[in-house]
Order: sequence, then structure tokens, then C-alpha cells
Amino acid sequence: MFPFRGVDYMDIDSLFSEQERLVRQTTRQFVEDRVIPIIERHNREATFPLHLVRELAELGFFGANLSGYGCAGMSNVEYGLIMQELERGDSGLRSFCSVQGALVMYPILTFGTEEQKQHWLPRLQNGTALGCFGLTEPDFGSNPAGMRAVAVRDGSSFILNGEKTWITNGSVADVAVVWARLDGVIRGFLVEKGTPGFKTSDIHGKWSLRASITSSLSFQDCRIPEENLLPGARGLKSPLSCLTQARYGIGWGAVGAAMACYDTARQYTILRKQFHDRPIASHQLVQNELAWMITEITKAQLMALHVGRLKDAGKADFSHISMLKRNNVWMALETARRSRDLLGANGITDEYPIFRHMCNLETVKTYEGTHNIHTLIIGEKVTGVSAYV
Amino acid sequence: MKIIVCLKQVPAKDSVLRIDEGGQWVKEADLTWEVNEPDAFALEEGLRLKEKHGGEVVVLCAGPPRAASAIREALAKGADRGIHIEDEALGRADTFTAARAMAAAARAESPDLILTGLQSDDFGYGQTGVILAELLGLPHATIIMEVEKRDGSIKVKRELEAGWFQYVEMPLPALLAIQSGINKVRYATLMGIKKAKTKELKRLTPAELGVDLEPRQQIRRVYVPQKTKRTHLLEGSPKEAAAKLVEKLKFEARVL
Ligand SMILES: Cc1cc2nc3c(=O)[nH]c(=O)nc-3n(C[C@H](O)[C@H](O)[C@H](O)COP(=O)(O)OP(=O)(O)OC[C@H]3O[C@@H](n4cnc5c(N)ncnc54)[C@H](O)[C@@H]3O)c2cc1C
Repeated sequence: MFPFRGVDYMDIDSLFSEQERLVRQTTRQFVEDRVIPIIERHNREATFPLHLVRELAELGFFGANLSGYGCAGMSNVEYGLIMQELERGDSGLRSFCSVQGALVMYPILTFGTEEQKQHWLPRLQNGTALGCFGLTEPDFGSNPAGMRAVAVRDGSSFILNGEKTWITNGSVADVAVVWARLDGVIRGFLVEKGTPGFKTSDIHGKWSLRASITSSLSFQDCRIPEENLLPGARGLKSPLSCLTQARYGIGWGAVGAAMACYDTARQYTILRKQFHDRPIASHQLVQNELAWMITEITKAQLMALHVGRLKDAGKADFSHISMLKRNNVWMALETARRSRDLLGANGITDEYPIFRHMCNLETVKTYEGTHNIHTLIIGEKVTGVSAYV
Repeated sequence: MKIIVCLKQVPAKDSVLRIDEGGQWVKEADLTWEVNEPDAFALEEGLRLKEKHGGEVVVLCAGPPRAASAIREALAKGADRGIHIEDEALGRADTFTAARAMAAAARAESPDLILTGLQSDDFGYGQTGVILAELLGLPHATIIMEVEKRDGSIKVKRELEAGWFQYVEMPLPALLAIQSGINKVRYATLMGIKKAKTKELKRLTPAELGVDLEPRQQIRRVYVPQKTKRTHLLEGSPKEAAAKLVEKLKFEARVL
């Protein structure tokens, strides 16, 4: 198998600037050198390659599309290309960067006080602090509006109680952005590691996103100082606006995972011979699969790029991003399954990256708004009628 | 220390090469391009010397317009400015022509040190650096594995055959042709990529430098090595045949 050289059926590269291509190249090279050689081992052992955090930070990947406080200030298209290349490596790696940038740095930058920004953003950018985002609860996944986590004021602090689960990076985070009701309104709190009453435990036995830490968080009479409330965040739309940022990155990331699967399958089918010493790629049924995949990948690339350009122009709506996330993740999962099939028995081993991507994409389909939930968002957009029942 | 690093853009490694209609070069439209690998090591060495001893790293490239992206990449990694001698014909120029163009631009800079890669991954002549040094009247050394700056001079380690090394002390200014693997090449960071936009990239034409691009050397034909299949029967007893086979695997096929 040859090193990954990208997938570009329609000269989509001509739509990228020189700088955008350089951003992609630097990320691709990093993934090829530093991630590909170790990722299968981390996936087997169910560990995140924490030793890469420093390099990821130095390269500027954390909060790459944010400005100020040490962030790289890249465009949304450049950020998208970074996500694509990271997820070509592994969805867990991309998730790590998504959480740190879109779900932790973004809300602090958008809803935080100047002191919170000064304190946390440079540390989160340079990787000396890690963050997590706690929205989902055991009884409230697709419907976070029902959340039970609650804070009550007590003098100059708040007392927080509740449970969060399925939280990426929960147990390694130095700061958790936790969403809970205060006087009936959903608000965001910065809960620091080591706060008495705050405990984490990791979720084991995952068949998906194995190279990523997923935890449950519990808060029992946790005292949160007043200055750790995010003053600008009020109501469910605040955490949802963070999810819009992260989903946008997923829309690109899924393309990367699909490219990894397709490229592996394409190369494999040309080399693998069956029946009269002919490559399996010469069979029409096999070509049908490859043609389907490259067509879907190309469409997904174009949609990601278009939404990226809209976002850079300040014109991307959350409903655009829902379509991007829904389509591209579905496409990637379908591509992974078809690629797996084309590798036959080899497709089920971790000699090849496909099965890992396929399993990872099951999570990607579920988190950040399930496929169904995005269907409902699109449905509401085109009918004006909400179907969340 | 003012350091010039010469940089060439070449077809990406493991590209699928197809010979063009004229039969004298490969189809360029099919290719993706990258910085010549030994040059990337030379750039890294230049950046490290600058970080340690201060000064400036200037990237010099004699190449077609597409090569500007290779210079930008070098600027993103930390080079201070770039000089691009730009002409479509420089993409396939022979070593003497490329060296003459670069010598004209380098002379105006009066650098303390010029670094080139040992060879380019496309033509593989391994001559450009050496000719450039001769044209500039500078001392040079090749296959450099280590550079140590001293007062007004440098000490370098050269790789010889069979695990042997040679240490040479040289006066400055000088030219070094850097061997791949001398260091660990850095990535362009996002901050570096952003900063590169504001750095100077001077474009010069060969005419402005007073050099003609009349080739001194020509490629007549480019072709794929012809494969021939031959069956060779090893004579003698099984024992003798086995010994011969081992010998062939060792010295001809070089797989043992
Ligand atoms: C590895 C991993 C990491 C995660 N990381 C985080 C994190 O960092 N932070 C965080 O807050 N959360 C995180 N999550 C949680 C994730 O966001 C939720 O799992 C997701 O929102 C779905 O919720 P649920 O699992 O409770 O499924 P449910 O909401 O119970 O949904 C189950 C099924 O029912 C369908 N469904 C539900 N309601 C409807 C409806 N109205 N119409 C049609 N279909 C419907 C869903 O589409 C889905 O198919 C993570 C999840 C995983 C697996």
C-alpha cells in the first residue's frame, strides 16, 4: 500500500488556495508520520495517544479557526481541511481536536468573561490544559432540553448536582464545560478538575472510537465559584451553537475517513487477483462499488467546501451544517462498509484501517446530533413544522 | 550568519510517472509536486543554524511559476524571505543553467553560507551545488551529515562509503551539499503558514540577472526500463546449486 496522496476525482484542488493546500499538506504529513504508525495499537489497547497533544498544539490545531489568545486564526475552509486529514488518521483524533476547539475553547471565547478567556484559552491552545464538554445525560441524549443537572446559588458560588455521560476526554480534562439549569434556564459552568464533589469514571467496552477517552461525570454538591459561570450563555441555543461549530468540522472529518477507506479499497482491488489471475478491480460488480464511493466522496467534498465558504462569509446556517453532517457521515459509513466488503477477509483485520473507521463512524453518526435528529432539523427547515415528538 | 538555502520543486515521491508525447520528459499535468527531499533537510539545517547563531535564511529557487508554492512552504517553516528566479524553462533546466541563474542571484546577496541538497529526486545529477560553488568561487563540501559553526569557519562531517566519515574544517563563506537524514525536518505550523503571507518573495527573471537559459545538455529520450524475463538453470549437485543460488540471491538479487 502506498502513502495517502489524497482523493480528488474532479480537480477540486483547483478550488483551494495555495495556503489552503499547504495547511492540508502539513496536516496530512503529520498524520502520515506520527499517527498512522501507532493508531492501530492505540485502537487495540483502547488508549488515546496523549503523547501527541503537545505536537498537535504546536502545529496550531487546537482552536485553529478561532482568533486571538494564541489561536491560529485560520479560515473555516482551512480548519475543515485539518479535520479531514486528522480523521483520515482516526475519528478519535479528530474528536479530540473538535472537543478542545469547538466545544471548549469556542464557548469560553464566545460566552466567557475576559478573565476566563485570559486564563483558559492560551492554556487550551498550547495543550497544557485539556477540556471536555458535558451536555449529554444518562436520560437525555437527543433531547438535551430535558436535562436534570441543576445549579443553585449559595452566596457567591453555585452548588451543582447532576450526571453527565458519554463525555469525550472527561477524565483527562482540566476543565469541563458543564451545562446545567440555574433558575430553570440552561447555563454553562467551568468546572475545574479536582473540585470537591466532581468525579469521573471512564466508559469501557466500546467497539467504536476506541482511541478516544469517553467518561461519565458526576457532580455531588459541587461548589462552583461565581466567576466560573459563563455569563454570555443562556438557554439551550448556547450549547447548540457550540455543536454547530463541531458538526461543521465533522462534515469535513467524515470525508477524510471515507477517503482512507476508499483509497485502501481501490489499491487493494487492483492488487488482489481472483479468477484467471485477474485483479478483482476488473469485475463490474467491484467497479460499481468504487464508482459509487468516489462519486459520493466527490459530492461530499463539494458540499463541505461550499458550506465552508458560506461559513467564512458569515452565511452558514445551522440547518446547512445539519445537512453537511448528516450526508457526509452517512456517506462515510456507507463507504466504509462497502470498502470493508471489497477487502474480503482482510477487511475485518486491523492490518487495514477500514474496520476501525467503520466502527468509529458509528459513533460519529450518533454524536453531535444523530442522523435522525438532523433529518428532523432539515425537515423543519423545509416545512416550517417541527417533528420533535 | 546569512544563509541561502537552494530549493527545488520535484514530482512527489511515488508519483505515477507517464512519459509525455515527445518522449523527452514525463507528463507534468498528472503530477503533484513537493520540495526535493534533500533540500528540505538543507532548509532545516539552515533554520537550526539561524536559531542557534542568529542571522537570516533566504530561500533561493530557480524554477517555473508553480515552484512558488515550494518557496511559500519554506517561508512557512521559518525562512525569512524568498527569491524566485522564475521561468517556465527552468523546470527542466540542466544543472549548469540552474546553477548559473542561482549564482547570479546569490552573488548579489553575499551570503556567509549556501546550503543545497545533495541531489534532486527528479534528475539526480548531484551537481548543482558543486557547480554553483565553482561559479561563485566558494569552497564546498558534499554529503554533509553535520555542521558545526566555529569562529569564522565551520566544521562539517561528510559521509563516505562503508560507514566511514570525514571531518573537514572550512573557511566561510562556503557551500555545503546536505545529505538526507541529517536532521529531523519540522512541519509548517498553522501560525507559520499565516505568517508566510507577509514575508517577502522577490521574483526575478533570468533576463534581469543577465543569464541566458540556453541548455548545455539535452535529454534525448526518456523511457521505462525494459523488462526481460530470463530463466537460468543452476547446474551441478543440489548442494552446489543451492550454494550458487544463495550467492545469486546475495549479490545479484540482493535480497539476502
Ligand atoms: C463515543 C461518544 C462520545 C461522545 N462525546 C460526547 C461529549 O463529549 N459530550 C456530550 O455531551 N455528549 C457526547 N456524546 C453523546 C452523544 O451526543 C449522544 O449519544 C447523542 O446525542 C445521542 O443520544 P443517545 O445516545 O442518548 O441516544 P438517543 O437520544 O436515546 O437516541 C437513540 C435513537 O433514537 C433516535 N431518536 C431519538 N429521538 C428521536 C426522534 N425524535 N425522532 C426520531 N428518532 C429519534 C436517535 O436518532 C437514535 O437513533 C458522545 C457519544 C459517544 C458514543
